[in-house]
Amino acid sequence: MPTMRYAEALNAALREEMARDEAVFVFGEDVGTYGGVFKVTKGLMEEFEGRVLDTPISEQALTAMAVSAAMTGTRPVLEIMYADFMPLTLDALINQASVFSYVWEGQVEMPFVLRTQGGGGVGTGAQHAKSLDGLVAQVPGLKVVAPVTPADAKGLLKAAIRDPGPVIFLEHKLLYNTRGDVPDGDETTEIGRARTVREGTDVSIFATSRMVLEAEKAAEALAAEGVFAEVIDLRTLRPLDLGAVVGSISRTHHAVVVNEGWGFCGYAAELSATVMDHAFDQLDAPVMRVAIPDMPIPYSEPLETQVIPDAGRIAAAARRALA
Amino acid sequence: MKNEPSPEAWAEMHRRMVLTRRLEETLGEMFRSGKTRGPIHRCDGQEAVGVGACGALGQEDYVATTHRGHHVYIGKGLDPRRVVAEIFGRATGYCGGRGGHMLIGDASTGVIGGNAIVGAGIPAAAGMALSIKIRGENRVAMTVFGDGAAQTGICHEAMNMAGLWKLPVIFVLENNRFGLTVPQDRQSATGDLAARAAGYGMPGEVVDGNDLVAVFRAVASAADRARRGEGPTLIEARTYRVEGFSTSDMGGYQDPDEVAEWRARDPIRLSASALAPLIGAEEVAAIEAAAREEMERAFQQALADPMPDFAFHAPSSPYAEAH
Repeated sequence: MPTMRYAEALNAALREEMARDEAVFVFGEDVGTYGGVFKVTKGLMEEFEGRVLDTPISEQALTAMAVSAAMTGTRPVLEIMYADFMPLTLDALINQASVFSYVWEGQVEMPFVLRTQGGGGVGTGAQHAKSLDGLVAQVPGLKVVAPVTPADAKGLLKAAIRDPGPVIFLEHKLLYNTRGDVPDGDETTEIGRARTVREGTDVSIFATSRMVLEAEKAAEALAAEGVFAEVIDLRTLRPLDLGAVVGSISRTHHAVVVNEGWGFCGYAAELSATVMDHAFDQLDAPVMRVAIPDMPIPYSEPLETQVIPDAGRIAAAARRALA
Repeated sequence: MKNEPSPEAWAEMHRRMVLTRRLEETLGEMFRSGKTRGPIHRCDGQEAVGVGACGALGQEDYVATTHRGHHVYIGKGLDPRRVVAEIFGRATGYCGGRGGHMLIGDASTGVIGGNAIVGAGIPAAAGMALSIKIRGENRVAMTVFGDGAAQTGICHEAMNMAGLWKLPVIFVLENNRFGLTVPQDRQSATGDLAARAAGYGMPGEVVDGNDLVAVFRAVASAADRARRGEGPTLIEARTYRVEGFSTSDMGGYQDPDEVAEWRARDPIRLSASALAPLIGAEEVAAIEAAAREEMERAFQQALADPMPDFAFHAPSSPYAEAH
């Protein structure tokens, strides 16, 4: 199995799907000649003439155009450069895509993918470091995926492009250079299926995107103390793999949920509530939530590191659950 | 003359204007007797814009309209019975009662569709045109939107991209002089909205929006231009909103003399007197009587149709199995 960087895995997925299906096209800011700010679309403009478009800085209209282009026979893949710009896309997602997928169900499909990247840790400041997973995962009709491994980056992007959609595809700026094995050939990762990263018996840690890597480190630290944490990479935020969540809690009876968005009304909040709805009888302790505190992301390094969840905070939450 | 409707085509458009008028008048009567649900946005007096514009397109062409789009629905050839059924929430309506009068869509006739977010139809049509261009099709996309929508930011984004990429799209700006209750000269820095086209590298044209054939000619010529690959056109059709913003409008902000002047320029009467020399006054009268009857029958049938059954809609529900 070849080793690839996360960005290369995404690039391979786009290239393979564009070659497989002429209805697939890619558009967004800097995605053409420049190859994308994170080089995910590198080389595609030359290879697929007329199907890779550099666009003006017009997130609102671009997202609305992705919706209507998808309803009329194409499969657009739109890149929104930062998840922080997602508020500009919300009318198209909430009032257009979500609504039409319901009121015109059976008349039109909406096979578009909105790729974006979020997350902090490298000093990009309050308007370029957020994860707004909860904002989009709340919307009926949307599917939301967030791969952490290069293999899933490729497999989920291929699945997202083939999906009747719409799919919001959340990447993380600190993952693009991470490496991992990626299966050869036409492998997809099923949307809606979580992945058990590490089996454990004492506490379940449910994490998303880069937080899975921090959860793994937390599990290592806990193992040294004789606490065996199960780490579950949700991979798909919506539709949630409820079976995997409840199944893990029924083995460990303790749960920590980790997401790099805001805690209050965020994805971690929803996950906590979902666990309470469906696995309350299995719990020996309250669900612990690890998320961004109730504030914008600060710029300066010692300030920013205080708000981004890390292995230390995850392990501390697990200890609280088990105390 | 090129782009002149044949007498048969004109007669058909005339029929559709009368159908629309009878629809609006009947809805007004039913509102007053408490038989409607939610707001209704009537387009009385503006029929020539939607019907004339749609009359110049083929069935395969796409159109996106607004919350005030009954003339587009009827103009594009939707079945009056199913339109009325949707307005009254019936199972037989175009959206099975899920959408209501503002969200009617019918992919088979290219009506994609109504839209109750002001300005949203503009990028929608641009996105459909992008889809047409990517697929190399011969269709065109059109949006009919108001002078209120012309003041939104997304209008600028969408028109810029349409001009930039020479998309096959027709922007029909239905200037009815009011955005909500505020007159256009208190919403727009310029009274010449068609002049904005120059900033997007496309032609802009003003037509009399109460003149059916003038609207038809302008749109037919814009459609030819779009099909030749020469890009978008902005057509400002000047008309007047003689009824309120919606059935909830309590009035008091329109000059009664101005309303009377525009009522005197009724597009149906203008069309009738110009059509009579071509097909005979008796034929015009017969068409009008048959259209009124057809709409009355549509109401009788639709109101007798069954109400829909409720079903959850959960293609991406986080826990569909838990309902």
